[in-house]
Amino acid sequence: MSVLIIADLQNGQLKKSNAEIISYGAAIAKQVNGSASVLVLGNCSDNLANLGAWGATNVYQVADAALSEVNPSLYISAIESVINQIDASIIIFSNNPTSKAVAPGLSARLEAGLVSGACALPELVNGFTVKKTVFSGKAFADVNILTAKKIIILNPNSVNIPYTAVESKISTITVSLPASSSRKVTAVNKIEGEIPLTEAEVVVSGGRGLKGPENWGVLLDLAKVLKAGTACSRPVGDAHWRPHHEHVGQTGVQIAPNLYIALGISGAIQHLAGVNRSKVIVVINKDPEAPFFKAADYGIVGDLFEVVPKLTAAIQELHAAG
Amino acid sequence: MKILVCISKTPDTTSRIAFIDNNTRFDESGVQWIINPYDEWYALVRAIELKEKDPATVLHLVSVGGADCDPILRKALALGGDEAFRINLQSNDSFAVAKQIEALCKKEQYNLIFTGKEAIDSNNGALGGMLAALYQAEYIPLATRFELTAEGCSVTREMDGGEETISCSIPAVISCQKGMAEQRIPNMRGIMGARTKPLHVIEPEQVKELTAITNYQLPAPKAGVKLVSADNVAELVRLLHEEAKVI
Ligand SMILES: Cc1cc2nc3c(=O)[nH]c(=O)nc-3n(C[C@H](O)[C@H](O)[C@H](O)COP(=O)(O)OP(=O)(O)OC[C@H]3O[C@@H](n4cnc5c(N)ncnc54)[C@H](O)[C@@H]3O)c2cc1C
Ligand SMILES: Nc1ncnc2c1ncn2[C@@H]1O[C@H](COP(=O)(O)O)[C@@H](O)[C@H]1O
Repeated sequence: MSVLIIADLQNGQLKKSNAEIISYGAAIAKQVNGSASVLVLGNCSDNLANLGAWGATNVYQVADAALSEVNPSLYISAIESVINQIDASIIIFSNNPTSKAVAPGLSARLEAGLVSGACALPELVNGFTVKKTVFSGKAFADVNILTAKKIIILNPNSVNIPYTAVESKISTITVSLPASSSRKVTAVNKIEGEIPLTEAEVVVSGGRGLKGPENWGVLLDLAKVLKAGTACSRPVGDAHWRPHHEHVGQTGVQIAPNLYIALGISGAIQHLAGVNRSKVIVVINKDPEAPFFKAADYGIVGDLFEVVPKLTAAIQELHAAG
Repeated sequence: MKILVCISKTPDTTSRIAFIDNNTRFDESGVQWIINPYDEWYALVRAIELKEKDPATVLHLVSVGGADCDPILRKALALGGDEAFRINLQSNDSFAVAKQIEALCKKEQYNLIFTGKEAIDSNNGALGGMLAALYQAEYIPLATRFELTAEGCSVTREMDGGEETISCSIPAVISCQKGMAEQRIPNMRGIMGARTKPLHVIEPEQVKELTAITNYQLPAPKAGVKLVSADNVAELVRLLHEEAKVI
């Protein structure tokens, strides 16, 4: 049984998340006595040989310019063709807007069972069972994939698998793509100069406790010394204190950074639903009864306007010392 | 223009999450059901706005589920919409659900299908993409803006590191999230009117499931918060550096 990992590309470059999905796919290949291959769709300016570091024995590239934009039907056709050519049976994606556009359609086309939001390696004792998050991170479900072909979308930052470097063989592969539809991209609006929230290892987040948009300086200073992404609670987004895309929670972005620092956020259940997969949570809130402390690993009860500048300075000191 | 909005029933966001029957089923006792927020606030309201702009628009709603979906569909009808369909199948498998909705689409020939970005219980975000592939429609997930155009539609969607605007033909399936519309509250006239709007119950097609949930678990409880005094911020930095090793 062979495993096919769909490389995660942005602007023709390999994203950091590839380390996790490739080592995950390589570990599954070991479980099923198969090999792990990576598929790179579209042009890529990075050195594909590097993908061997995470355990990919084969790297296939479809360097068709038509794939530089994510058109689901073209992507589905291309992946389906590669699956048939190399006889892959387990397909791995990273959870992001591209896989959300492609993997479900591929699942329907191949009638291959899909687990979206996986967070662990499969269990092979009773069939093929993959754990995923449900109820916005408040629980897990074990999902048995009943079909021979299987598709898994892995949540970022959820497994930590040691890599085994291998020599990888790189080849181009040709696929016939369907005639392009009338679909076209008419505008692109990139968020420049910020660390994308879902990829940030550290996130600093602010709530109504900051009192107004003019006070965000303390938060941004802290984020800067930590090279952190910035987030906010829903009322903050709704009041336009911060852009909508920073709103995390049940109805906003769901994130799983290594470190989440919450400033002046009460910790409502709907907020927690978006951040409870963070490895370490730090809460700074002046109310010792704030529910967020129950979900936190570390906390300071105090006025954020006094505590946060001190914290920023202490981290700067740490960096200067180290 | 014929529009279908897919409505899923989810537990209220404050519901206690627990499992019964040896952790194989969600404990529904005491749970209050709501329309999945993405379906209600964004997909349904945007569809209603399109109908308000062009009253000739036909707006249908569909839920795949048991009889406990009926109050949810009535509430959705109170917000707007002409007719609702409930396909009488209970399944956790997105493919089996998508096949049911595809059958309705083939019969009714919808031009546009709106779904939510994801159901807040399944967290799959999969149904729309499956339906689009089956119904051979364009698919645009994670949409934040939708407009009809002469050629079809123009849709802005979230992508890695920003947003893009796509123009495409219809039929199209659009999964909706924040930005699409503003939440509305049903008014008395809507609620009264919804009582007499048709709610058809259809028996499902025979389809196979591709996946099955075998077991649920709750996450291990947190060890408890370590509080650091506000006068000793350096101690927090030390803990994050040496103990948690995250900075
Ligand atoms: C269906 C539904 C979905 C929702 N989805 C989301 C979602 O996705 N994301 C989300 O965030 N919310 C969501 N909410 C809203 C949620 O219930 C809360 O209302 C919201 O998270 C509260 O935001 P907050 O913590 O910023 O504000 P508040 O609850 O007002 O908390 C402000 C906190 O700041 C503290 N504070 C004040 N001054 C200071 C100071 N000087 N120093 C330190 N601390 C201070 C206070 O003690 C308080 O704890 C949703 C609600 C519903 C009903
Ligand atoms: N049983 C269902 N009946 C009708 N629509 C559904 C159902 N399940 C999911 N949907 C729709 O598909 C979207 C995505 O759901 P999911 O793929 O389960 O995350 C939801 O926001 C709904 O719009």
